[in-house]
Amino acid sequence: MIFLNNLISGIGLGSIYAIIALGYTMVYGIAKMLNFAHGDVIMVGAYIAFCSLQYWGLPPVVAILLAMVVCTVMGVLIEGLAYRPLRQAASLAVLITAIGMSYLLQNLALLIWGANTKSFPRTFLNSSTIPLLGGRLSIPSATLFTIVANVVIMIALTLFTSRTKMGKAMRCVSEDRGAAELMGINVNRTISLTFAIGSGLAAIAGVLLCSSYPNLTPTTGSMPGIKAFTAAVFGGIGSIPGAMVGGVLLGVIEIFGKAYISTELGDAIVFAVLIIVLLLKPTGLLGKPMREKV
Amino acid sequence: MTRAKRNRLIYNIVTYAVVIAAFVILQSMIANKSISRTLKGQLVPICSWVIMAISLNLVIGFSGELSLGHAGFMSVGAYTGAIVSGYLLTARGVETEWLRLAVAIAAGGVAAGIAGVLIGIPVLRLRGDYLAIVTLAFGEIIRNLVNVIYVGVDGARMRFSFLNNDLPEGVTMLVDGAKGAVGIKRISTFTAGFVLVMITLVVVLNLVNSRAGRAIKATRDNRIAAESMGVPVTKYKMMAFVTAAVLAGMAGALYGLNSSTIVPAQFTFNQSINVLVFVVLGGLGNVLGSVISATLLTILPEVLRAFADYRMLAYAIVLILVMIFTNNPIVRSWADRIVAPAKRLLRGKRKAEGGDA
Repeated sequence: MIFLNNLISGIGLGSIYAIIALGYTMVYGIAKMLNFAHGDVIMVGAYIAFCSLQYWGLPPVVAILLAMVVCTVMGVLIEGLAYRPLRQAASLAVLITAIGMSYLLQNLALLIWGANTKSFPRTFLNSSTIPLLGGRLSIPSATLFTIVANVVIMIALTLFTSRTKMGKAMRCVSEDRGAAELMGINVNRTISLTFAIGSGLAAIAGVLLCSSYPNLTPTTGSMPGIKAFTAAVFGGIGSIPGAMVGGVLLGVIEIFGKAYISTELGDAIVFAVLIIVLLLKPTGLLGKPMREKV
Repeated sequence: MTRAKRNRLIYNIVTYAVVIAAFVILQSMIANKSISRTLKGQLVPICSWVIMAISLNLVIGFSGELSLGHAGFMSVGAYTGAIVSGYLLTARGVETEWLRLAVAIAAGGVAAGIAGVLIGIPVLRLRGDYLAIVTLAFGEIIRNLVNVIYVGVDGARMRFSFLNNDLPEGVTMLVDGAKGAVGIKRISTFTAGFVLVMITLVVVLNLVNSRAGRAIKATRDNRIAAESMGVPVTKYKMMAFVTAAVLAGMAGALYGLNSSTIVPAQFTFNQSINVLVFVVLGGLGNVLGSVISATLLTILPEVLRAFADYRMLAYAIVLILVMIFTNNPIVRSWADRIVAPAKRLLRGKRKAEGGDA
């Protein structure tokens, strides 16, 4: 029973990582950059939802939508102001800029909301536990919502990238930016759209994260962000199903590591997994091998 | 002597001169007591941050790889230094402070160097963003591990424990898990810091201007071209990485032995970013720049206490702006249009040449 409980909470945590990892993997696939600030977009989304629920008394669904809108706009702004001027620059410069952006968001949040831990309010997401197997197993409803949201997002995104025109444009840009531009695809707009989708998902992830783990501080997003990137790499960066598989596996590994090996070393275990994966299979579980052109 | 060689020589002489002059001025200020207490307390940390910045610059500026786990090496050095110094005092009865300090710093460097080799072997097989994220992962793993290490001295023996503190009663604790290294005797001095900065400068400036240094810069500028010219890329990247780790370890030992306790939380990812800010603001590949920016940015927060809340915000904005200004082609050509005529005025009619080290 304990094993099953751990497994379910692992899948729940992993689903949050998976939703965050989708943002990383899409941006990495298309803009070829590690958007370090993604984790902090999650934090901003969670704060917006927190304010809407706690201070403005909005219903939960409206709070989530508001958080998504704010994060989407913010994602597009971040891309346009900080990353677009560096489109042609070396990856080192872009990465340092992204780290700067992550710092900027954290410190803005620190100034606006303060360093004190905010306790995320109860909503329909985390108000109850659901008994299973005749009450021998109880699942927090937040975990269930997270897993469902994960599956829905995953299906929607797969349909979007394979069926719609914008989705196909995104795949084209990720495959060959130059050729896509020659075919009349507006590369800048496609990249903006990717950031918009990724950041909107980050807002959902932020709300779900804080529904399961209700402590909200300006650095709430950074650790899950880094772990979600690990998940994206684990699953194969650039691949949407890969982000899903990687995220869920990583969540399960983390919970099992904490439960059966050592609580203090939980993070170390996750990062050790990342290192082993990168050494044995640098393209991840579902990634395509990349060739280097001279 | 070619022009480039002469420029390099001038640059090196200026770098040494600035550091020596700063040391002499500060020492005379200490001698006639015209130095403020806060600044005096900052002297040793400044030296360690300068060394950290120079060593990280070796990795980022010269070898072109972004390392985000530099604070990890610093913590390895700091803990090793604290353990060695504590052991020498309690178990071996070495009273001479400078001797203990020297041995501790050397041990810190060696330990961080070993960590650097162990981490470098897997890390340097990767490239770009992957490499950055794995160094970050290693930094976090180191921080996690020092959280669960217990070291004590029992008579003349050193005792270790991992995960749970099962050391017997009556053992003098040197490292106590999440409480960090405790009961450190503060033996770091400004002179020792200065000597260490000078050693760092000699090592780094000679390395980057040697055959190996040119190979390191070649792998940064174009890995594939360097490889096809027969430069063993991994070997030279390893050389830069391990040298930087050793220097960071020594800086860590110096830093650790300047306070009575050190805790794992002092060497987080944020600390690595802090050093990254020093390096970026000082200029990638510019050693003197690292020295100056590390010094100023360590003093500045003490001076501007009132703006403490806005300091990190300003760091973040400056980091982004510097990157955009130095890397955006439009901004660059615009800046060149202003800078180039000014340079021409200063230098007569000679054409401006890339003047960095």
